[in-house]
Amino acid sequence: MNFDSHSPTGPIETSWERHKFDINLVNPSNKRKFDIIVVGTGLAGASASATLAELGYKVKSFTFHDSPRRAHSIAAQGGINAAKNYQNDGDSVKRLFYDTVKGGDFRSRESNVYRLSQVSNEIIDQCVAQGVPFARDYGGLLTNRSFGGAQVSRTFYARGQTGQQLLLGAYSAMMRQVDKGNIELHTRREMMDLVTINDQARGITVRNLVTGEIESHSAHAVLLASGGYGNVFYLSTNAKNSNCSALWRAHQKGAAFANPCYTQIHPTCIPVSGEYQSKLTLMSESLRNDGRVWVPEDKSDKRHPSEISDAQRDYYLERVYPSFGNLAPRDVASRQAKYRIDEGRGVGKTEKAVYLDFRDAITRLGENTIKERYGNLFQMYQKITGENPYKQPMRIYPAVHYTMGGLWVDYNLQSTIPGLHVLGEANFSDHGANRLGASALMQGLADGYFVIPATLGHYLASHSLQDVSLSHEAFKQSQEDVKQRLSAMLSNKGSKTVDEFHRELGLIMWEHVGMSRNAEGLKTAITQIQKLREEYEHQVLIPGDENFKNDELEKAARVQDFLELGELMALDALKREESCGGHFREEYQTADGEALRNDEEFCHSAAFTYDKGTGKASWTRHEEKLEFENVKLSTRSYK
Amino acid sequence: MKIHLKVWRQKGPEDKGCMEDHTLDDVSSEMSFLEMMDVLNQKLIKEGHDPVTFDHDCREGICGSCSMVINGDPHGPQKATTTCQLHMRAFKDGETIYVEPWKAKAFPVIKDLMVDRSSFDRIQAAGGYVSVSTGNAPDANAIAIPKLTSDEAFLSATCIGCGACVAACKNASAMLFVSAKVSHLDLLPQGQEETHLRTQRMVAQMDEEGFGACTNTGSCSAACPKEIKLENIARMNRRYTGSQIKSS
Repeated sequence: MNFDSHSPTGPIETSWERHKFDINLVNPSNKRKFDIIVVGTGLAGASASATLAELGYKVKSFTFHDSPRRAHSIAAQGGINAAKNYQNDGDSVKRLFYDTVKGGDFRSRESNVYRLSQVSNEIIDQCVAQGVPFARDYGGLLTNRSFGGAQVSRTFYARGQTGQQLLLGAYSAMMRQVDKGNIELHTRREMMDLVTINDQARGITVRNLVTGEIESHSAHAVLLASGGYGNVFYLSTNAKNSNCSALWRAHQKGAAFANPCYTQIHPTCIPVSGEYQSKLTLMSESLRNDGRVWVPEDKSDKRHPSEISDAQRDYYLERVYPSFGNLAPRDVASRQAKYRIDEGRGVGKTEKAVYLDFRDAITRLGENTIKERYGNLFQMYQKITGENPYKQPMRIYPAVHYTMGGLWVDYNLQSTIPGLHVLGEANFSDHGANRLGASALMQGLADGYFVIPATLGHYLASHSLQDVSLSHEAFKQSQEDVKQRLSAMLSNKGSKTVDEFHRELGLIMWEHVGMSRNAEGLKTAITQIQKLREEYEHQVLIPGDENFKNDELEKAARVQDFLELGELMALDALKREESCGGHFREEYQTADGEALRNDEEFCHSAAFTYDKGTGKASWTRHEEKLEFENVKLSTRSYK
Repeated sequence: MKIHLKVWRQKGPEDKGCMEDHTLDDVSSEMSFLEMMDVLNQKLIKEGHDPVTFDHDCREGICGSCSMVINGDPHGPQKATTTCQLHMRAFKDGETIYVEPWKAKAFPVIKDLMVDRSSFDRIQAAGGYVSVSTGNAPDANAIAIPKLTSDEAFLSATCIGCGACVAACKNASAMLFVSAKVSHLDLLPQGQEETHLRTQRMVAQMDEEGFGACTNTGSCSAACPKEIKLENIARMNRRYTGSQIKSS
């Protein structure tokens, strides 16, 4: 299999411009002859649907939600990065590029990241034009805040609801095209299979979640923008319905999955309170602009935080990373929290938390300013915990938040299946082994508004795509496969619920494939997951039937996919014998517990293909070598 | 804590539906309302019954999926709180809780507590946007927008489209939702070009969907989990009247 990134050669500063000139175009009047399927309506999916429809393509959008506006991008809190340099603090496209490559621990593709940094500025322009109410100064101009891993202030935000405002912008652009008849919107539909004809992606099979009906839809190209797979851990900050199934179905049909083990554990989430816990809630990284993270100096110190004096507190991020302090990147901050808790210095009832304290910021700026900046986050914290963060520090703990891995794509965002393109969190391309804060929104919108509208035309113009009808054998076969899979699941009346299996998988993943990993644990995880999968096939209990609204059946299909993905994540983590970004192998660390890369052997992305016809899940590992010509490979330090 | 539930069950849009009684003996006060519903569903599945269907997703109060009328109030008793952010500590041990779906002609029940809110999408499609195709935007700082104006627009834009306003209204009016959409863009310079047409079209679509009329009782705003202000309705009415004169 070919893992050529098709990145332009020559000076990186002009490569996107040159690439856009070099690739083929589709004539404006021919665009309406092409049907494009877009799966997912988050930032990447909605922006792509809207923009492609504006260009004249016939777009069919699919979401399992009741409305495109509910996609999980809506929950992104802190902000979106751009290299505008409005603050005159030395920012530039090059600096954003550099920070992102370094933040990703030198495991991303330079060409993609440079392009991302370049289009970041256009994204802000576009969003403002749509009416996104970003935060402004009294002079009426846009204001910024800082995020982890950067020493400039480049994050645009709308209180703690930036994702919501950006998604509503993209959603409204999309609904404008629905109104014009350029987008056919299909809500409450779940993608169950990818249909390929002559090895090209030509359609999808979906389940109508209300009626249970299995439907086929054809197109000239398929775009997946279905988000990340953090819910493999059961507990994560992802929405309950976020899942890997669209990706996994494409993976089983031949799309390579790259760097599945790169998982982002976000340092500041509200800790677990009990076994019934259904999900975890993030407290935005932006809070670390004003909040200080600490634990008591002495592990026997169980007093109320207000009684512990400054001298008896360990502001450990400020101590260990004096130049970045509380704004150390996510992977680094999470690991440090884990170390403190492992030392027995955790706080709260469960002792599995650290403090995030706003006392000093409130004294310095007043409660009103803090309320203005983070009001909704403080309110959310109070609702969940019953504690007032204006009066006492928040208790926080790391939780799974984002997955950097995803389907492998080239510079044109095309997967290893011709015609199948992958956007946003669903692809693997831009964040390497660790994503910096406020960069997910940037990437989702970059892919949807600016990259795919240019690169998709190249695919359509340079391939011969015969007309296919839904009566084609491939569609019928796919429907048959989906129906068979669902009835097989429903027919075994076992004794364990889908949630029970999912929780069990989550525990295995968190224990062995979570914040820190080692060879022995990863091998254990693989065995345990295989066993659990075996049990799932016979023991899962799903009520109801397939021809009707059936939440349990929906979940069951998703969990079945997670049960394979979990194993692949462990396998990837086992094979990557180094530590980098969010992938921390205990065997590979420096004397002071920092990640130790092995550039000699692992300066590559690992892409896995699913072995077909073996009757069981197994994979072949491939490599895409990463070249660093513009940023020097160096040890990533935030000290 | 022990909780008695009276939950609305309805197999489909055509089914008459009825209340069903359940008791949960071991509910923690730290649970969210939806986690309590999860516990009920796990119990139902184990007992061989059909679990209760309800919309939910982010469980952080922002996606607007959850939609339960709890003891007669959309999203339950707590001010400015979605169902998913409501915790069991808001209830007493031994309490009986009534759980019902949104009830409005324009929100037909799909199953149990899940309703069809696609009417909101159609209203949005009828003009809830600025007509600016990708690539046409000037520099983001080209127009200064006074902070207070921008903040006001944000407060309208913060609507999560859950439909609690409709569920709370005795006429099932969608005026708070529609006026929040209209106000968000009407307040900003970017939205000015299309403001008359937008208001007219969105109002017309709202009427077509079968939402009721507004009689200014304000229960919508009181029930709104994002505290969208009633002033939005006044603003939209003003804009609507103005646009009628302009187009006549």
